[in-house]
Amino acid sequence: MARIRQRISRRQYTTVAVGTFAVLLGVWWAVTATGMISPLFLPSPGSVVARLGELMATGDFFSDVGLSTYRVTVGYLAATVMALAIGPLVGVSAVFEAAVEPLMDFVRYMPVVAFVPLTIVWAGTDDIQKFLIIWMGTFFQQVLMVADAVRQVPQPLVHLGETLGMGRTAILTQIVFPSAWPRVWDALRVTLGWAWTWLVVAELVAATGGMGYRINVAKRYLATDTIIGYVLVLGILGLLFDQAMRAIGRVMFAYQRVR
Amino acid sequence: MIEIRGLTKVFHNVTALDGVDLSLDENEFVSLVGVSGCGKSTLLNIIAGLAEPTTGEVLVGGQPVTGPGRDRGVVFQSSTLLPWKTAQGNVEFALRGEPISRDERRARAREHLELVGLAGFEDAFPAQLSGGMQQRVALARSLSYRPSILLMDEPFGALDALTRRDMQELLTIVWEAHRLTVLFVTHDIEEAVYISDRVVTMTPRPGRILAETAVALPRPRRVEQQSEPEFLQLTAHLLAQIRGAA
Repeated sequence: MARIRQRISRRQYTTVAVGTFAVLLGVWWAVTATGMISPLFLPSPGSVVARLGELMATGDFFSDVGLSTYRVTVGYLAATVMALAIGPLVGVSAVFEAAVEPLMDFVRYMPVVAFVPLTIVWAGTDDIQKFLIIWMGTFFQQVLMVADAVRQVPQPLVHLGETLGMGRTAILTQIVFPSAWPRVWDALRVTLGWAWTWLVVAELVAATGGMGYRINVAKRYLATDTIIGYVLVLGILGLLFDQAMRAIGRVMFAYQRVR
Repeated sequence: MIEIRGLTKVFHNVTALDGVDLSLDENEFVSLVGVSGCGKSTLLNIIAGLAEPTTGEVLVGGQPVTGPGRDRGVVFQSSTLLPWKTAQGNVEFALRGEPISRDERRARAREHLELVGLAGFEDAFPAQLSGGMQQRVALARSLSYRPSILLMDEPFGALDALTRRDMQELLTIVWEAHRLTVLFVTHDIEEAVYISDRVVTMTPRPGRILAETAVALPRPRRVEQQSEPEFLQLTAHLLAQIRGAA
Protein backbone atom coordinates (compact mmCIF):
# COMPACT_ATOMS: atom_id res chain seq x y z
CA MET A 1 0.00 0.00 0.00
CA ALA A 2 1.41 3.37 -1.01
CA ARG A 3 1.99 5.89 1.73
CA ILE A 4 0.04 9.14 1.71
CA ARG A 5 1.44 11.42 -1.02
CA GLN A 6 4.14 8.95 -1.91
CA ARG A 7 5.92 9.99 -5.11
CA ILE A 8 6.03 7.88 -8.25
CA SER A 9 8.50 8.09 -11.10
CA ARG A 10 7.73 10.13 -14.19
CA ARG A 11 7.50 6.96 -16.21
CA GLN A 12 5.00 5.39 -13.82
CA TYR A 13 3.00 8.61 -13.89
CA THR A 14 2.87 8.63 -17.68
CA THR A 15 1.93 4.94 -17.80
CA VAL A 16 -0.98 5.42 -15.40
CA ALA A 17 -2.17 8.60 -17.16
CA VAL A 18 -2.08 6.98 -20.60
CA GLY A 19 -3.79 3.95 -19.06
CA THR A 20 -6.77 6.05 -17.96
CA PHE A 21 -7.27 7.34 -21.48
CA ALA A 22 -6.85 3.85 -22.92
CA VAL A 23 -9.41 2.37 -20.54
CA LEU A 24 -11.97 5.07 -21.33
CA LEU A 25 -11.38 4.65 -25.04
CA GLY A 26 -11.70 0.89 -24.65
CA VAL A 27 -15.02 1.21 -22.81
CA TRP A 28 -16.27 3.59 -25.48
CA TRP A 29 -15.23 1.23 -28.23
CA ALA A 30 -16.73 -1.81 -26.43
CA VAL A 31 -20.17 -0.34 -25.78
CA THR A 32 -20.48 0.87 -29.37
CA ALA A 33 -19.05 -2.31 -30.95
CA THR A 34 -21.48 -4.54 -29.09
CA GLY A 35 -24.39 -2.39 -30.19
CA MET A 36 -25.48 -1.76 -26.59
CA ILE A 37 -26.00 1.88 -27.42
CA SER A 38 -27.41 3.18 -30.68
CA PRO A 39 -24.83 5.06 -32.81
CA LEU A 40 -27.30 7.93 -32.84
CA PHE A 41 -26.54 8.57 -29.16
CA LEU A 42 -22.95 7.40 -29.08
CA PRO A 43 -21.12 6.78 -32.34
CA SER A 44 -18.04 4.54 -32.28
CA PRO A 45 -14.53 6.03 -31.94
CA GLY A 46 -13.85 4.91 -35.49
CA SER A 47 -16.80 6.79 -36.96
CA VAL A 48 -15.92 9.93 -35.00
CA VAL A 49 -12.38 9.84 -36.40
CA ALA A 50 -13.75 9.14 -39.88
CA ARG A 51 -16.12 12.08 -39.59
CA LEU A 52 -13.31 14.40 -38.51
CA GLY A 53 -11.34 13.10 -41.48
CA GLU A 54 -14.18 14.03 -43.83
CA LEU A 55 -14.44 17.50 -42.33
CA MET A 56 -10.70 17.93 -42.77
CA ALA A 57 -10.94 16.81 -46.38
CA THR A 58 -13.59 19.43 -47.16
CA GLY A 59 -11.59 22.09 -45.30
CA ASP A 60 -14.48 22.87 -42.93
CA PHE A 61 -12.51 21.55 -39.99
CA PHE A 62 -9.60 23.91 -40.56
CA SER A 63 -11.74 26.95 -41.21
CA ASP A 64 -13.79 26.21 -38.04
CA VAL A 65 -10.69 25.75 -35.87
CA GLY A 66 -9.03 28.78 -37.45
CA LEU A 67 -12.04 31.02 -36.92
CA SER A 68 -12.57 29.89 -33.32
CA THR A 69 -8.90 30.27 -32.47
CA TYR A 70 -8.90 33.76 -33.97
CA ARG A 71 -11.96 34.76 -31.91
CA VAL A 72 -10.52 33.39 -28.67
CA THR A 73 -7.18 35.05 -29.32
CA VAL A 74 -8.61 38.50 -29.99
CA GLY A 75 -11.21 38.41 -27.19
CA TYR A 76 -8.74 37.02 -24.70
CA LEU A 77 -5.95 39.43 -25.65
CA ALA A 78 -8.29 42.41 -25.37
CA ALA A 79 -9.33 41.30 -21.88
CA THR A 80 -5.75 40.53 -20.89
CA VAL A 81 -4.29 43.83 -22.06
CA MET A 82 -6.97 45.74 -20.14
CA ALA A 83 -6.63 43.57 -17.05
CA LEU A 84 -2.85 44.05 -17.06
CA ALA A 85 -3.36 47.80 -17.20
CA ILE A 86 -6.00 48.02 -14.47
CA GLY A 87 -5.26 45.03 -12.18
CA PRO A 88 -1.87 46.26 -10.91
CA LEU A 89 -3.35 49.69 -10.06
CA VAL A 90 -6.10 47.98 -8.05
CA GLY A 91 -3.43 45.91 -6.31
CA VAL A 92 -1.31 48.84 -5.19
CA SER A 93 -3.74 51.71 -4.68
CA ALA A 94 -6.52 51.68 -2.10
CA VAL A 95 -8.36 54.38 -4.04
CA PHE A 96 -8.34 52.30 -7.23
CA GLU A 97 -9.31 49.25 -5.22
CA ALA A 98 -12.31 51.05 -3.74
CA ALA A 99 -13.30 52.41 -7.15
CA VAL A 100 -12.96 49.17 -9.08
CA GLU A 101 -13.02 46.07 -6.92
CA PRO A 102 -16.56 46.12 -5.49
CA LEU A 103 -17.86 46.84 -8.99
CA MET A 104 -15.88 43.98 -10.53
CA ASP A 105 -16.99 41.66 -7.74
CA PHE A 106 -20.57 42.53 -8.55
CA VAL A 107 -20.21 42.22 -12.30
CA ARG A 108 -18.45 38.87 -12.16
CA TYR A 109 -21.43 37.35 -10.36
CA MET A 110 -23.74 38.36 -13.16
CA PRO A 111 -24.01 35.31 -15.39
CA VAL A 112 -22.26 36.03 -18.66
CA VAL A 113 -24.62 33.64 -20.49
CA ALA A 114 -27.48 36.00 -19.66
CA PHE A 115 -25.65 38.71 -21.58
CA VAL A 116 -25.58 36.72 -24.79
CA PRO A 117 -28.98 38.00 -26.07
CA LEU A 118 -28.04 41.54 -25.07
CA THR A 119 -24.69 41.36 -26.88
CA ILE A 120 -26.51 40.16 -29.99
CA VAL A 121 -28.76 43.24 -29.80
CA TRP A 122 -25.72 45.44 -29.26
CA ALA A 123 -23.23 43.93 -31.65
CA GLY A 124 -25.12 41.60 -33.96
CA THR A 125 -23.81 38.12 -34.61
CA ASP A 126 -20.41 39.08 -36.02
CA ASP A 127 -17.01 38.46 -34.51
CA ILE A 128 -17.41 41.57 -32.35
CA GLN A 129 -20.17 39.86 -30.37
CA LYS A 130 -17.92 36.81 -29.80
CA PHE A 131 -15.09 39.06 -28.62
CA LEU A 132 -17.50 40.81 -26.30
CA ILE A 133 -18.71 37.59 -24.66
CA ILE A 134 -15.16 36.25 -24.25
CA TRP A 135 -14.07 39.61 -22.87
CA MET A 136 -16.96 39.72 -20.38
CA GLY A 137 -16.25 36.19 -19.23
CA THR A 138 -12.55 36.75 -18.60
CA PHE A 139 -11.77 40.44 -18.04
CA PHE A 140 -13.53 40.94 -14.70
CA GLN A 141 -12.04 37.80 -13.23
CA GLN A 142 -8.59 38.67 -14.57
CA VAL A 143 -8.59 42.12 -12.99
CA LEU A 144 -9.33 40.63 -9.60
CA MET A 145 -6.76 37.87 -10.00
CA VAL A 146 -4.04 40.22 -11.23
CA ALA A 147 -4.80 42.68 -8.41
CA ASP A 148 -4.54 39.84 -5.94
CA ALA A 149 -1.22 38.68 -7.36
CA VAL A 150 0.18 42.20 -6.98
CA ARG A 151 -1.23 42.48 -3.47
CA GLN A 152 0.53 39.30 -2.43
CA VAL A 153 3.98 40.79 -3.02
CA PRO A 154 5.48 40.83 0.49
CA GLN A 155 5.62 44.25 2.15
CA PRO A 156 9.31 43.84 3.12
CA LEU A 157 10.15 43.93 -0.60
CA VAL A 158 8.50 47.35 -0.84
CA HIS A 159 10.39 48.42 2.28
CA LEU A 160 13.61 47.23 0.68
CA GLY A 161 13.04 49.54 -2.27
CA GLU A 162 12.32 52.44 0.07
CA THR A 163 15.47 51.89 2.11
CA LEU A 164 17.47 51.74 -1.13
CA GLY A 165 16.18 55.24 -1.86
CA MET A 166 14.03 54.20 -4.83
CA GLY A 167 11.04 56.28 -5.87
CA ARG A 168 7.50 54.95 -6.01
CA THR A 169 7.46 54.30 -9.75
CA ALA A 170 10.80 52.51 -9.62
CA ILE A 171 9.64 50.33 -6.72
CA LEU A 172 6.52 49.36 -8.65
CA THR A 173 8.19 48.66 -11.98
CA GLN A 174 11.42 47.12 -10.70
CA ILE A 175 10.29 45.28 -7.56
CA VAL A 176 6.53 44.87 -7.16
CA PHE A 177 5.42 44.00 -10.70
CA PRO A 178 8.28 41.61 -11.50
CA SER A 179 7.59 39.89 -8.14
CA ALA A 180 3.92 39.47 -9.00
CA TRP A 181 4.57 38.29 -12.57
CA PRO A 182 4.67 34.49 -11.94
CA ARG A 183 1.29 34.61 -10.17
CA VAL A 184 -0.11 36.91 -12.85
CA TRP A 185 1.01 34.46 -15.52
CA ASP A 186 -0.78 31.65 -13.68
CA ALA A 187 -3.97 33.72 -13.58
CA LEU A 188 -3.67 34.39 -17.32
CA ARG A 189 -3.18 30.70 -18.03
CA VAL A 190 -6.27 29.70 -16.04
CA THR A 191 -8.45 32.37 -17.65
CA LEU A 192 -7.38 31.32 -21.15
CA GLY A 193 -9.21 28.06 -20.50
CA TRP A 194 -12.32 30.01 -19.58
CA ALA A 195 -12.06 32.07 -22.74
CA TRP A 196 -12.51 28.86 -24.80
CA THR A 197 -15.67 28.02 -22.85
CA TRP A 198 -17.17 31.44 -23.48
CA LEU A 199 -16.29 31.22 -27.14
CA VAL A 200 -18.27 28.02 -27.55
CA VAL A 201 -21.20 29.51 -25.64
CA ALA A 202 -21.24 32.50 -27.96
CA GLU A 203 -20.87 30.40 -31.10
CA LEU A 204 -23.60 27.96 -30.08
CA VAL A 205 -26.15 30.73 -29.82
CA ALA A 206 -25.50 32.72 -32.93
CA ALA A 207 -22.75 32.28 -35.48
CA THR A 208 -22.14 31.55 -39.12
CA GLY A 209 -18.87 29.73 -38.56
CA GLY A 210 -16.57 28.34 -35.90
CA MET A 211 -16.55 25.18 -33.85
CA GLY A 212 -19.59 26.04 -31.74
CA TYR A 213 -21.51 26.81 -34.92
CA ARG A 214 -20.58 23.45 -36.45
CA ILE A 215 -21.71 21.66 -33.27
CA ASN A 216 -25.02 23.48 -33.35
CA VAL A 217 -25.62 22.64 -36.99
CA ALA A 218 -24.66 19.00 -36.36
CA LYS A 219 -27.29 18.87 -33.59
CA ARG A 220 -29.99 19.70 -36.14
CA TYR A 221 -29.00 16.70 -38.27
CA LEU A 222 -28.38 14.51 -35.21
CA ALA A 223 -24.77 14.17 -36.37
CA THR A 224 -23.47 13.07 -32.98
CA ASP A 225 -20.16 11.97 -34.55
CA THR A 226 -19.41 15.59 -35.50
CA ILE A 227 -20.46 16.87 -32.07
CA ILE A 228 -18.31 14.40 -30.17
CA GLY A 229 -15.39 14.88 -32.53
CA TYR A 230 -15.48 18.65 -32.09
CA VAL A 231 -15.86 18.45 -28.32
CA LEU A 232 -12.76 16.25 -28.20
CA VAL A 233 -10.88 18.65 -30.48
CA LEU A 234 -11.89 21.57 -28.24
CA GLY A 235 -10.46 19.65 -25.28
CA ILE A 236 -7.22 19.03 -27.16
CA LEU A 237 -6.95 22.67 -28.25
CA GLY A 238 -7.48 23.85 -24.66
CA LEU A 239 -4.84 21.41 -23.48
CA LEU A 240 -2.37 22.57 -26.13
CA PHE A 241 -2.83 26.25 -25.27
CA ASP A 242 -2.48 25.47 -21.57
CA GLN A 243 0.68 23.45 -22.11
CA ALA A 244 2.13 26.21 -24.28
CA MET A 245 1.51 28.77 -21.52
CA ARG A 246 3.04 26.41 -18.97
CA ALA A 247 6.10 25.90 -21.13
CA ILE A 248 6.56 29.65 -21.60
CA GLY A 249 6.13 30.11 -17.84
CA ARG A 250 8.77 27.47 -17.13
CA VAL A 251 11.25 29.37 -19.28
CA MET A 252 10.36 32.82 -17.93
CA PHE A 253 10.42 31.71 -14.32
CA ALA A 254 13.31 29.26 -14.50
CA TYR A 255 14.89 31.20 -11.62
CA GLN A 256 12.31 29.70 -9.24
CA ARG A 257 13.71 26.23 -9.75
CA VAL A 258 15.80 24.84 -6.92
CA ARG A 259 17.95 22.86 -9.40
CA MET B 1 25.22 58.90 15.53
CA ILE B 2 21.60 58.00 16.35
CA GLU B 3 19.67 60.03 18.89
CA ILE B 4 16.16 58.92 19.84
CA ARG B 5 14.17 61.36 21.94
CA GLY B 6 10.85 60.83 23.69
CA LEU B 7 9.62 58.42 21.05
CA THR B 8 6.04 57.19 21.38
CA LYS B 9 4.09 55.10 18.91
CA VAL B 10 0.39 54.38 19.28
CA PHE B 11 -1.38 51.93 16.94
CA HIS B 12 -5.18 52.00 17.18
CA ASN B 13 -5.12 53.00 20.87
CA VAL B 14 -2.42 50.43 21.70
CA THR B 15 0.78 52.02 22.91
CA ALA B 16 3.59 50.11 21.19
CA LEU B 17 6.38 52.45 22.29
CA ASP B 18 6.21 54.79 25.25
CA GLY B 19 8.79 57.51 25.80
CA VAL B 20 11.84 55.80 24.35
CA ASP B 21 15.17 57.62 24.71
CA LEU B 22 18.24 55.97 23.30
CA SER B 23 21.46 56.96 21.65
CA LEU B 24 24.01 55.02 19.63
CA ASP B 25 27.59 56.12 19.18
CA GLU B 26 29.41 55.98 15.90
CA ASN B 27 30.60 52.44 15.07
CA GLU B 28 28.85 51.01 18.09
CA PHE B 29 27.08 47.66 17.94
CA VAL B 30 23.90 47.79 20.00
CA SER B 31 21.34 45.01 20.41
CA LEU B 32 17.75 45.61 21.28
CA VAL B 33 16.32 42.67 23.19
CA GLY B 34 12.81 41.96 24.39
CA VAL B 35 9.98 39.48 24.12
CA SER B 36 7.92 39.30 20.92
CA GLY B 37 5.60 42.26 20.59
CA CYS B 38 7.59 44.62 22.82
CA GLY B 39 7.88 47.16 20.02
CA LYS B 40 11.54 46.59 19.16
CA SER B 41 10.83 46.08 15.46
CA THR B 42 8.56 49.14 15.49
CA LEU B 43 11.44 51.17 16.91
CA LEU B 44 13.77 49.87 14.20
CA ASN B 45 11.22 50.72 11.49
CA ILE B 46 10.90 54.25 12.81
CA ILE B 47 14.68 54.71 12.73
CA ALA B 48 14.70 53.28 9.20
CA GLY B 49 12.06 55.84 8.24
CA LEU B 50 9.57 53.13 7.25
CA ALA B 51 7.13 54.14 10.02
CA GLU B 52 6.36 57.45 11.67
CA PRO B 53 6.43 58.03 15.41
CA THR B 54 3.32 59.38 17.11
CA THR B 55 5.46 61.78 19.12
CA GLY B 56 9.17 62.27 19.59
CA GLU B 57 11.98 62.27 17.07
CA VAL B 58 14.96 60.40 15.73
CA LEU B 59 18.12 62.23 14.77
CA VAL B 60 20.74 60.62 12.57
CA GLY B 61 23.99 62.54 12.43
CA GLY B 62 22.12 65.49 13.95
CA GLN B 63 19.43 65.51 11.23
CA PRO B 64 15.85 64.46 11.97
CA VAL B 65 14.68 61.33 10.12
CA THR B 66 11.83 62.10 7.73
CA GLY B 67 11.87 58.93 5.63
CA PRO B 68 14.01 56.04 4.49
CA GLY B 69 17.48 56.79 3.14
CA ARG B 70 20.65 55.19 1.88
CA ASP B 71 22.53 56.31 5.00
CA ARG B 72 20.65 53.54 6.85
CA GLY B 73 20.84 50.03 5.45
CA VAL B 74 18.26 47.51 6.62
CA VAL B 75 18.48 43.73 6.83
CA PHE B 76 14.99 42.30 7.23
CA GLN B 77 13.91 39.11 8.96
CA SER B 78 12.35 37.56 5.90
CA SER B 79 14.28 37.12 2.71
CA THR B 80 13.99 40.27 0.63
CA LEU B 81 16.11 39.05 -2.24
CA LEU B 82 14.63 39.53 -5.69
CA PRO B 83 14.03 35.95 -6.85
CA TRP B 84 14.65 36.73 -10.53
CA LYS B 85 18.11 38.13 -9.88
CA THR B 86 21.24 36.19 -9.06
CA ALA B 87 23.20 36.77 -5.85
CA GLN B 88 25.43 39.12 -7.85
CA GLY B 89 22.40 40.78 -9.46
CA ASN B 90 20.78 41.34 -6.08
CA VAL B 91 23.83 43.14 -4.70
CA GLU B 92 24.24 45.16 -7.90
CA PHE B 93 20.58 46.14 -7.65
CA ALA B 94 21.41 48.14 -4.51
CA LEU B 95 24.30 49.88 -6.29
CA ARG B 96 22.44 51.26 -9.25
CA GLY B 97 21.98 54.63 -7.62
CA GLU B 98 25.73 54.99 -7.09
CA PRO B 99 27.78 57.19 -9.40
CA ILE B 100 30.12 54.38 -10.39
CA SER B 101 30.81 52.55 -13.63
CA ARG B 102 29.34 49.19 -14.54
CA ASP B 103 32.64 47.47 -13.97
CA GLU B 104 33.10 49.07 -10.59
CA ARG B 105 29.59 48.07 -9.63
CA ARG B 106 30.26 44.50 -10.62
CA ALA B 107 33.55 44.46 -8.76
CA ARG B 108 32.04 45.93 -5.63
CA ALA B 109 29.20 43.40 -5.59
CA ARG B 110 31.67 40.57 -6.05
CA GLU B 111 33.87 41.92 -3.27
CA HIS B 112 30.94 42.07 -0.84
CA LEU B 113 29.75 38.58 -1.70
CA GLU B 114 33.27 37.40 -0.98
CA LEU B 115 33.19 39.26 2.33
CA VAL B 116 30.20 37.19 3.46
CA GLY B 117 31.78 33.96 2.26
CA LEU B 118 29.78 33.56 -0.93
CA ALA B 119 32.57 33.65 -3.50
CA GLY B 120 31.58 31.16 -6.19
CA PHE B 121 27.84 31.68 -5.67
CA GLU B 122 27.58 34.89 -7.70
CA ASP B 123 25.42 33.32 -10.38
CA ALA B 124 23.10 31.38 -8.06
CA PHE B 125 19.47 32.45 -7.84
CA PRO B 126 17.95 32.86 -4.35
CA ALA B 127 15.86 29.68 -4.80
CA GLN B 128 19.11 27.73 -5.11
CA LEU B 129 20.56 29.16 -1.88
CA SER B 130 19.89 28.03 1.70
CA GLY B 131 18.17 30.39 4.13
CA GLY B 132 21.50 31.29 5.73
CA MET B 133 23.11 32.00 2.36
CA GLN B 134 20.15 34.17 1.36
CA GLN B 135 20.61 36.27 4.48
CA ARG B 136 24.32 36.55 3.69
CA VAL B 137 23.46 37.96 0.28
CA ALA B 138 21.08 40.39 2.02
CA LEU B 139 23.89 41.40 4.37
CA ALA B 140 26.30 41.84 1.46
CA ARG B 141 23.70 43.94 -0.33
CA SER B 142 23.17 46.20 2.69
CA LEU B 143 26.89 46.69 3.22
CA SER B 144 27.68 47.20 -0.48
CA TYR B 145 26.40 50.76 -0.69
CA ARG B 146 28.24 51.65 2.51
CA PRO B 147 25.54 53.07 4.75
CA SER B 148 26.82 54.60 7.99
CA ILE B 149 24.19 52.71 9.95
CA LEU B 150 22.99 49.14 9.62
CA LEU B 151 19.60 48.26 11.07
CA MET B 152 19.02 44.52 11.47
CA ASP B 153 15.54 43.25 12.30
CA GLU B 154 15.92 39.70 13.68
CA PRO B 155 17.94 38.82 10.59
CA PHE B 156 18.69 35.30 11.80
CA GLY B 157 15.27 34.67 13.35
CA ALA B 158 14.10 32.33 10.61
CA LEU B 159 17.28 30.23 10.52
CA ASP B 160 17.98 26.92 12.23
CA ALA B 161 20.14 26.97 15.37
CA LEU B 162 23.36 25.79 13.72
CA THR B 163 23.12 28.18 10.76
CA ARG B 164 22.30 30.91 13.22
CA ARG B 165 25.55 30.35 15.08
CA ASP B 166 27.52 30.50 11.84
CA MET B 167 25.80 33.73 10.91
CA GLN B 168 26.52 35.31 14.31
CA GLU B 169 30.16 34.41 13.92
CA LEU B 170 30.25 35.74 10.37
CA LEU B 171 28.56 39.01 11.33
CA THR B 172 31.04 39.48 14.20
CA ILE B 173 34.03 38.92 11.93
CA VAL B 174 32.67 41.20 9.22
CA TRP B 175 31.76 43.94 11.67
CA GLU B 176 35.07 43.80 13.51
CA ALA B 177 36.85 44.24 10.18
CA HIS B 178 34.56 46.95 8.75
CA ARG B 179 32.99 48.85 11.60
CA LEU B 180 29.80 50.79 11.31
CA THR B 181 26.95 51.69 13.64
CA VAL B 182 24.62 48.70 14.05
CA LEU B 183 21.26 48.38 15.76
CA PHE B 184 20.45 44.70 15.99
CA VAL B 185 16.96 43.59 17.04
CA THR B 186 16.66 40.08 18.48
CA HIS B 187 14.90 38.06 21.14
CA ASP B 188 17.92 35.82 21.64
CA ILE B 189 19.95 36.98 24.65
CA GLU B 190 23.03 34.84 23.90
CA GLU B 191 23.10 36.22 20.38
CA ALA B 192 22.85 39.79 21.67
CA VAL B 193 25.64 39.38 24.22
CA TYR B 194 27.91 37.58 21.78
CA ILE B 195 27.84 40.20 19.07
CA SER B 196 27.16 43.52 20.85
CA ASP B 197 28.99 46.30 22.63
CA ARG B 198 25.84 47.14 24.50
CA VAL B 199 22.54 45.36 25.09
CA VAL B 200 19.36 47.38 25.51
CA THR B 201 16.45 45.49 27.06
CA MET B 202 12.83 46.49 26.56
CA THR B 203 9.59 45.91 28.44
CA PRO B 204 6.50 44.77 26.55
CA ARG B 205 3.26 46.76 26.17
CA PRO B 206 3.94 49.56 26.39
CA GLY B 207 7.46 49.23 24.97
CA ARG B 208 9.89 51.07 27.19
CA ILE B 209 13.65 50.88 27.65
CA LEU B 210 14.25 48.69 30.67
CA ALA B 211 18.02 48.89 31.01
CA GLU B 212 21.23 49.34 29.05
CA THR B 213 24.03 46.93 29.79
CA ALA B 214 27.56 47.27 28.44
CA VAL B 215 29.17 44.04 27.24
CA ALA B 216 32.77 44.15 28.40
CA LEU B 217 33.85 40.93 26.71
CA PRO B 218 37.10 41.47 24.79
CA ARG B 219 37.23 41.66 21.01
CA PRO B 220 37.80 40.03 18.64
CA ARG B 221 35.06 37.80 19.92
CA ARG B 222 35.33 34.07 19.54
CA VAL B 223 32.59 31.46 19.78
CA GLU B 224 34.38 29.81 22.72
CA GLN B 225 33.72 32.90 24.85
CA GLN B 226 30.12 31.77 25.03
CA SER B 227 31.05 29.14 27.62
CA GLU B 228 33.12 31.48 29.80
CA PRO B 229 31.76 32.61 33.20
CA GLU B 230 31.48 36.32 32.30
CA PHE B 231 29.35 35.47 29.29
CA LEU B 232 27.12 33.12 31.25
CA GLN B 233 26.73 35.58 34.13
CA LEU B 234 25.79 38.37 31.78
CA THR B 235 23.19 36.33 29.89
CA ALA B 236 21.69 35.10 33.18
CA HIS B 237 21.54 38.66 34.45
CA LEU B 238 19.80 39.92 31.29
CA LEU B 239 17.36 37.04 31.30
CA ALA B 240 16.42 37.78 34.92
CA GLN B 241 16.05 41.45 33.99
CA ILE B 242 13.63 40.74 31.13
CA ARG B 243 11.68 38.18 33.14
CA GLY B 244 11.41 40.53 36.08
CA ALA B 245 9.81 43.12 33.87
CA ALA B 246 7.35 40.82 32.15
